[in-house]
Amino acid sequence: MTRVLELRGITKRFGAVTANEDVSLHLDQGEIVALLGENGAGKTTLMSILFGHYTADAGTVRVDGAELPPGRSRAAIQAGVGMVHQHFALAPNLSVLDNIVTGTEPLWRPVSRRSAARAKLAGLMDRFGLTVDPDSLVADLSVGECQRVEILKALYNDARILILDEPTAVLTTQEAERLFATLREMTGQGLSLIFISHKLNEVMAAADRVVVLRGGRVVAERATEATSKDELAELMVGRRVERPRRPPATPGPVVLEARDLRLSGRGGASLNGVSFALRSGETLGIIGVSGNGQTTLAGLVSGLYAPDSGALLVKGREITRHAVPDAIAAGIGRIPEDRHAEGAIGDLSLWENAVLERIWSPEFSRRGLVRRRAARAATAEIIRGYDVRGAGVDSRIRLLSGGNMQKLILGRALSADPDILVAAQPSRGLDEGAIAAVHARLLEARARGAGVLLISEDLDEVLALSDRVRAIVGGRLSPAIPSDDADARRLGLMMAGDWAAAGEDAHAV
Amino acid sequence: MSVIFDILAAVGLWEAVLRIATPLIFGTLGVLLCERVGVLNLGIEGIMTFGAMVGWLTVYSGGDLWTGMAAAALGGAAFGLLHAILTVPLGLSQHVTGLGITLFASSFAYYVFRLAVPVATSPPTVEPFRPLDVFGLADLPVVGPVLFGQTAPTYLALALVVVLAWVIYRTPLGLALRMAGENPHALDAQGVDPIRLRIWAIMAGSALMAMGGAFLTLAAFNSFFPTMVQGRGWICVALVVFASWRPGRALLGALLFAFFDAFQLRLQTVVDGVPYQLFLMAPYLLSILALIVMARRARVPQALMQPYRRGER
Ligand SMILES: Nc1ncnc2c1ncn2[C@@H]1O[C@H](COP(=O)(O)OP(=O)(O)OP(=O)(O)O)[C@@H](O)[C@H]1O
Ligand SMILES: [Mg+2]
Repeated sequence: MTRVLELRGITKRFGAVTANEDVSLHLDQGEIVALLGENGAGKTTLMSILFGHYTADAGTVRVDGAELPPGRSRAAIQAGVGMVHQHFALAPNLSVLDNIVTGTEPLWRPVSRRSAARAKLAGLMDRFGLTVDPDSLVADLSVGECQRVEILKALYNDARILILDEPTAVLTTQEAERLFATLREMTGQGLSLIFISHKLNEVMAAADRVVVLRGGRVVAERATEATSKDELAELMVGRRVERPRRPPATPGPVVLEARDLRLSGRGGASLNGVSFALRSGETLGIIGVSGNGQTTLAGLVSGLYAPDSGALLVKGREITRHAVPDAIAAGIGRIPEDRHAEGAIGDLSLWENAVLERIWSPEFSRRGLVRRRAARAATAEIIRGYDVRGAGVDSRIRLLSGGNMQKLILGRALSADPDILVAAQPSRGLDEGAIAAVHARLLEARARGAGVLLISEDLDEVLALSDRVRAIVGGRLSPAIPSDDADARRLGLMMAGDWAAAGEDAHAV
Repeated sequence: MSVIFDILAAVGLWEAVLRIATPLIFGTLGVLLCERVGVLNLGIEGIMTFGAMVGWLTVYSGGDLWTGMAAAALGGAAFGLLHAILTVPLGLSQHVTGLGITLFASSFAYYVFRLAVPVATSPPTVEPFRPLDVFGLADLPVVGPVLFGQTAPTYLALALVVVLAWVIYRTPLGLALRMAGENPHALDAQGVDPIRLRIWAIMAGSALMAMGGAFLTLAAFNSFFPTMVQGRGWICVALVVFASWRPGRALLGALLFAFFDAFQLRLQTVVDGVPYQLFLMAPYLLSILALIVMARRARVPQALMQPYRRGER
């Protein structure tokens, strides 16, 4: 085994926050190492240092035994390190080919060698089974395709060490499976990989070795076959984590009713006649392959779009003005799917983000002036109650790690005590401990009498939290089934659109 | 109606179009280059004034005309560097910095001018660029003077349109420039430093702006006076939006504006009873209209006006 990469004694501080402390890590040729850790444990920071994007306060990075100069991505790329960023580093208005080729040629060359680049790219796509149209704009690609572009970018630079920061957080299960097939193909061809993930199933299935970070330090290192999911979860969080159990529901009156909602042209995939009823004190789970209208449905219920036809009733009263402030006033809380784009404003502080949705309520403003003290106090309350770590009331929310940002958004939505909660992919990108916390909060909201509309691609999550489950296929909802009767096979049939078979199955059981 | 026809039929009008367009072409290319890497440069109005002064002063004190152009370019690049330092590594507001540079560069130009020429009732003139006779074709009827009888800087400006278009769309450098304006994080991740690239591009763009100013003193008016740029810089900023950040369309926009301007000048002299200010307004009004139509389809560089700080998320 040749050692291709070695990090030794890496320490990195951001002001008062120590993101990495004396971290050492190595990677052998052809190996897949999984880096595990809670949100904010310092995984992205460590990989950014390795890639030369951040400069470490102490420690060294060696590739093939040679030390990399700190803070220079170019040097890392030339040494054969490629990185797939947690938040894709792509320019949406440029073509796939442009995104891949930029920076790979000497800048002063009078003509960019397009046809050679195209041929090389085609070769790579072939070799690793990663296909994307090189001429389409990145803006027009799905997340899965963007990810392929990111990987191709690294491969195009002849990377031999590939780092993937939460590559599957935004992928569907099928896409994730394809990705891991590709990754195995890569190690077969001599590449070495480090990937970050919160999904323990993946880690157990794909990694040879697991390194666990907690609070910026390496707390454990295990060969995959010598460990278990439970042990890893415990190592990550430092205590035993168990996802909460769903107590029996006590449904009340219908709080949200959709009658034949139709919408096309806005918000992505269209809705072609969506009807459902949600009772207070129950959770309705909506599953489906992404791109079937779930994002549109979430947007519509939260007031982002008005339907072309059909009606949305909140506690029996029809919503006539479809706007976010009206939705909030009607008692609809929301956890948006894309927290960076729709859930928070990166350059505003935590407290501004926390109260922005309700800034006109008397609680937070009086005579057109913001009541800062009250707003700060309320934010501090959320930070405490929801265990938001890594920043204070006045820090910019951009500095929070993904999981901590999600906790703040959840706290914001629930502190208004909504009658209806729309939760879209609430635990995407969260660590095991945070998922347990988010689930507990969602169950709490349900116990308090809120109706929860849970839209999620994670079937385990849906089964754990929902009382009833529907699938969305082609902008239409399947009939609901009680989640206690659901199994993977039935849910699969439902998501495939074979509702009759899924229903018969129920009779057979 | 026949009045309008007479004006359109006169060779003088068409000859004037390219001449009037030249400083706009320089300026528009300059703004375009800055904005393509993601930085607004409202210093243009002052940088053009400063370029006009430096070009004139160089020639007035004995330099030749091309030395004057080069000196103007250098002066522009110096102000470009100032703008770049304030807006790129320091990340200050690009609006405020740009306007500040316009005020500073304009006043500084006048100050230096007054030091050089303390008392003069009429501004002193220099011997300007002469119309060329390209390929010996300037004597052809109509197209001769219009296309082949312009001054050398006009041809330089036209050549620069082609060069810039080539650089932006065909070279590795251009690709990097575009990515700096679309997503500097992505560029950094590819191992190119967006900060250095932005600084250089702003300097080059500002040099172009200053050359546009120098054209005014070295080929159009032959002398310097402090108000001579007269909003041309602002027009360039608008033309870039009109052009949707594309060099070829920038040329088109500059020509269009120049045409309106040349046309209204001639209309003023033949139409009576209408205040001449109305004619003066016309090209600007038409530009606003064109802008409203075109800007809706424009594709803005996504990172325009967003400072990039390394090691920040
Ligand atoms: N540029 C920065 N400035 C200030 N603080 C930062 C910066 N980058 C990271 N941090 C802080 O450093 C800590 C580690 O962050 P990091 O992004 O490495 O976590 P992570 O393990 O990748 O988390 P996640 O699983 O949520 O992606 C966090 O507390 C974060 O707030
Ligand atoms: Mg991370």
